[in-house]
Amino acid sequence: MSGLREIDVGQIQQTVARLCQEAATLLPDDVLQALRKARETEESPLARKVLDQILRNAELAGENLLPLCQDTGTAVVFLEIGQDVHVIGGDLNEAIKRGVGRGYTEGYLRASIADKPFSARINTKDNTPPVVHTEIVPGDRLHIKVLPKGGGCENMTRFTIMLPGEGKKGITDFVLRTVEESGGNPCPPVIVGVGIGGTAETAMLLAKKAITRRVGQPHADSETAEFEQELLEKVNALGLGPQAVGGRTTALAVHIETHPTHITSLPVAVNLQCHSARLKEAVL
Amino acid sequence: MAELNVTPPLTDDIVEKLRAGDDVHLTGVIYTARDAAHRRMIEALEKGQPLPFDVRGQVIYYVGPTPPKPGQVIGSAGPTTAMRLDRYTPALLAAGLKGIIGKGGRGPAVRQALQEHKAVYFIAVGGAGALLSRHIKKAEVVAYEDLGTEAIRRLEVEDFPVIVCNDVYGADLLEQGKAQWRRAEVLQG
Repeated sequence: MSGLREIDVGQIQQTVARLCQEAATLLPDDVLQALRKARETEESPLARKVLDQILRNAELAGENLLPLCQDTGTAVVFLEIGQDVHVIGGDLNEAIKRGVGRGYTEGYLRASIADKPFSARINTKDNTPPVVHTEIVPGDRLHIKVLPKGGGCENMTRFTIMLPGEGKKGITDFVLRTVEESGGNPCPPVIVGVGIGGTAETAMLLAKKAITRRVGQPHADSETAEFEQELLEKVNALGLGPQAVGGRTTALAVHIETHPTHITSLPVAVNLQCHSARLKEAVL
Repeated sequence: MAELNVTPPLTDDIVEKLRAGDDVHLTGVIYTARDAAHRRMIEALEKGQPLPFDVRGQVIYYVGPTPPKPGQVIGSAGPTTAMRLDRYTPALLAAGLKGIIGKGGRGPAVRQALQEHKAVYFIAVGGAGALLSRHIKKAEVVAYEDLGTEAIRRLEVEDFPVIVCNDVYGADLLEQGKAQWRRAEVLQG
């Protein structure tokens, strides 16, 4: 016995299919709580009506297993594979793809993926291929997270590389401008993911990972947590409000992830998550 | 901010009563169309061909629903980002379209065309797909079936909740909202 833990691709495929369907219909508790709190503190009457609809929508979706939103999104899958895991029974990437395909087809979710992106744009009919991010970690578990990412918010993603001296002020201006210019398109109240550092693609992935953190859980580093709070206050001072009708809550949270970066560089990515902040995970 | 019940087709009389911020419940027939269907409709207009349905007085809802489960009229059906359809909108307004439902704001050319042709842009709550689908009592594909979720559907809706975003007088709910709720002193700090 080699000490490796075997996991069959069949189990992985089934788990991915289940997670796709659950994520589409069941809003996470931390998101619900944040939305309820936003409703309590909202002062604009119209914004309160909007939040009432959002909360009632979550109830209806959960009770009737209906998708929360018609844009059931790109299936973004995060895999953390323990280095002592041995995947058996077939191709891991194929299994993930089939799991997404079956989850979306059998779950009556929308096929929203087009092949030939710069020409014919042909719908792939089963919402594949997914976007998969894989990390190797210590241990013998396989941790799968499925994040259905809507196009409305994803299309408002912005990225830049600043001069190091632009620092917090530059980042603040960039985040505020990104949120303000996106208006109602990303379906506020949003969760703002900010990735700072690394190389270009690191910052982008960090911003995406940032939105998978539980809503409002502060960064473990106190300096970063303080910056998150400052940004949240300023984003909410923009006054966009729910669906941009005007109000106190434009963002439910700001999450920042950082990485050491080149001495000449300050890459900054902003990835917005809509209020339909869908996320389901499983550990095999 | 009034609460009003409105039944399409919309006339000048009806749209003149609607103001930015009004809570409106739509009952009656609306049509769905988004990117691909709009491209085809504009092509038809340019070639002098008839549109797949008579747009005069009608309301178009920008939506691409999830597939219905057995026994369901329609799947989840919330609005999509309207700005993507801006380039196709003035021509449809000129052809007599009187109402549009979408998510988020419109650009200046559309806002001007709405005033010029006396039409209203409504927003529905983005992400409230399950809730909105329950106000849709009947759905049938009337054109471009090959487009799947992007086909033109004729919907019969009941008390479908929308908010007037741009009225025929040039008022814009999203601009008004930001102006009222923006806190400059916090932003400058």
